[in-house]
Amino acid sequence: MIEHLPALMIAVPLFGAFIAPIFKKHYKGVSIWAIIITGITVILSLLLAKEVVTGGIMIYVFGADKPTLVLPSGYSVPIRIMFEVDAMGAFMAISATLMSFVGALYSYSHVEKETGLEKYYSLLMLLEVGILGMVLTGDLFNLFVFLEIAGIAGSALVGFRNYRGEASEAGIKYLIVSAVASLMVLFAIGILYGQYGNLNLAYIARNISLNLVDMIALGLLFTSFAMKCGAVPMHYWVPDAYTEVPAGINPPLLVATYASLYALFRVSFTLFANIVVDLARVGWIMSILGVLTMFIGVTMALVQKDVKRLMSYHAISQTGYMLLGVGVGLTVLHDPSKLAEFGRDAMAGGVFHIINHIIYKSLLLMTAGALFYVTGTRNLNEMGGLARKMPVTTISFMVGAAAISGLPPFNGFASKLLIYETSYRLNPLLTVFAMVTSVLTLASFVKVFASAFLGPPLEKFENTKEVPRPMIIAMIILAALCIIFGLFPNIVLDKLVYPAVDALINFAQYHSWGGLA
Amino acid sequence: MTTTIIRTTTKILVPLILVFGSYIILHGHLTPGGGFQGGAVFASGLALLIVANNKEKVKELFNKVPLSQLESIGALGFLGIGALGFMGYTFLKNVIANSGFLFGAPTPKGINPGYLNTGGTLSYLNIFVGTKVLAGLTSIVLIFFLILRRERDEW
Repeated sequence: MIEHLPALMIAVPLFGAFIAPIFKKHYKGVSIWAIIITGITVILSLLLAKEVVTGGIMIYVFGADKPTLVLPSGYSVPIRIMFEVDAMGAFMAISATLMSFVGALYSYSHVEKETGLEKYYSLLMLLEVGILGMVLTGDLFNLFVFLEIAGIAGSALVGFRNYRGEASEAGIKYLIVSAVASLMVLFAIGILYGQYGNLNLAYIARNISLNLVDMIALGLLFTSFAMKCGAVPMHYWVPDAYTEVPAGINPPLLVATYASLYALFRVSFTLFANIVVDLARVGWIMSILGVLTMFIGVTMALVQKDVKRLMSYHAISQTGYMLLGVGVGLTVLHDPSKLAEFGRDAMAGGVFHIINHIIYKSLLLMTAGALFYVTGTRNLNEMGGLARKMPVTTISFMVGAAAISGLPPFNGFASKLLIYETSYRLNPLLTVFAMVTSVLTLASFVKVFASAFLGPPLEKFENTKEVPRPMIIAMIILAALCIIFGLFPNIVLDKLVYPAVDALINFAQYHSWGGLA
Repeated sequence: MTTTIIRTTTKILVPLILVFGSYIILHGHLTPGGGFQGGAVFASGLALLIVANNKEKVKELFNKVPLSQLESIGALGFLGIGALGFMGYTFLKNVIANSGFLFGAPTPKGINPGYLNTGGTLSYLNIFVGTKVLAGLTSIVLIFFLILRRERDEW
């Protein structure tokens, strides 16, 4: 059964998503169903990661006689849709399944008073399918299809609280951004298909020549994925979407954003890896985009009064670190000495920051959701003195805030240190911006902590209590992960992050379908 | 907006459109079209039924039709047919072709008029996709129709 894992990763949540509408009004039942299904996918993704890290790239050809039959009966080009799972894909799959599970657990209490929950959980699992498909596939058109699934499920979830005008607006905005991005992706795929007559990622990557049309395709793919991962200057949709979405969906929506980041890496490291001359330029663009993203994001976060909106701007800012880390690696990809010296570690920092950021930003957004659940407002000026009433939320918030500001011994410190040290080797100016951003991040979270949790207890919050248990469990899981990843970064780095980075660097391995052809 | 002209035309056209939609779905593996296209044609016939009637009639007509269940059945059927391939092959492997099952007759070689009883898994997938698409599109049209009519009544 192990060889069917890549297909099961899609089939199981899809099955869950289509069973969910049958529950109709049994909201308790459908919540538990979603928790069970997302829990199963967590186990499957861990098995998949174990398999991939020990056994190398895993190929799954749909509709073939056996899963590894890339070139059937005398064909010299692949003709079937295939999944190609390397360590990077498995790493993203773990993030996606874990966050969907935590999101489903948190939603159990967080949205219990809303209506239409069978659709909510159905969409949650469809969003998971979209992300998993994007990170596991080895086929360009398949990537587009799953990008669409994730985009449509995501925008429906952003607009879930449709009795609020702002939520509908944010949903439409997210829908338009996704539609524009995926149409540009489709156009780029059309360009590549027209020239090379195939849609297989590895096949196109082996034959690519970077003529003018290919450059247009690269530009379109780069722009659209940067747009969907919320890099400055295309970041405008992020604050609206993250603010209005129910807090239980924030974790999977964050991963959906980083699935686009993964696609950006896949395009630059795999699809266009053979282009020696121009790849350094793409790397520089990525690094500078990263610096701009982190700095502009954090400066806009400083002035916010809405707690979730503030955290959403920080999400933009943290994306910059990942772009910077991996961009530094991409700059020196074809320079073996520099790559070994600092490129590989820079990429490890960037990739490690993806999972760290997903964990602590989900934690923070979930504490913001808990504040909203208890107080009914997101305005920081109206809150105060909640630390006594909500001790677990307060501690979770402190862990998350320390992690995002890069304080030891939390997980943000581990990945940020790697990025500082390595980007310094490329250009010290990059590091200066990264560190200033970190300081400003701490400043704005001190503000949130002081105005929401500290201060005298307010009369109107006299009767508030701690949030229900499922929400607490979800927050504690993530807070514990923050601390574990911060205390033992070497274990995570060796088991997950460095294999993922090596999978990106050894693009020749991916191009040959893991040595099958 | 129902008039005698629309109602009369609908009476004649709807059966034809529904039959044509089913034809496209069933012949998906032989002729251009398939599950999605046939389902869309079928749903357009149902949409014609919706616009030709007034709100009460539509509610009465569609109250008993399990549209969202049909959608789930379509999707689950697709998944189930795909999962048949887990029996020794891969997901979505065409295990029914040449097995003698319904739609599983061997395809004769050479020029032929097209035999309906071939295609294996493909025909089943077309039917399930068609079910899902016709249910999904019809419920979208239905929701838009009910919302619009309600707003007009409130004015």
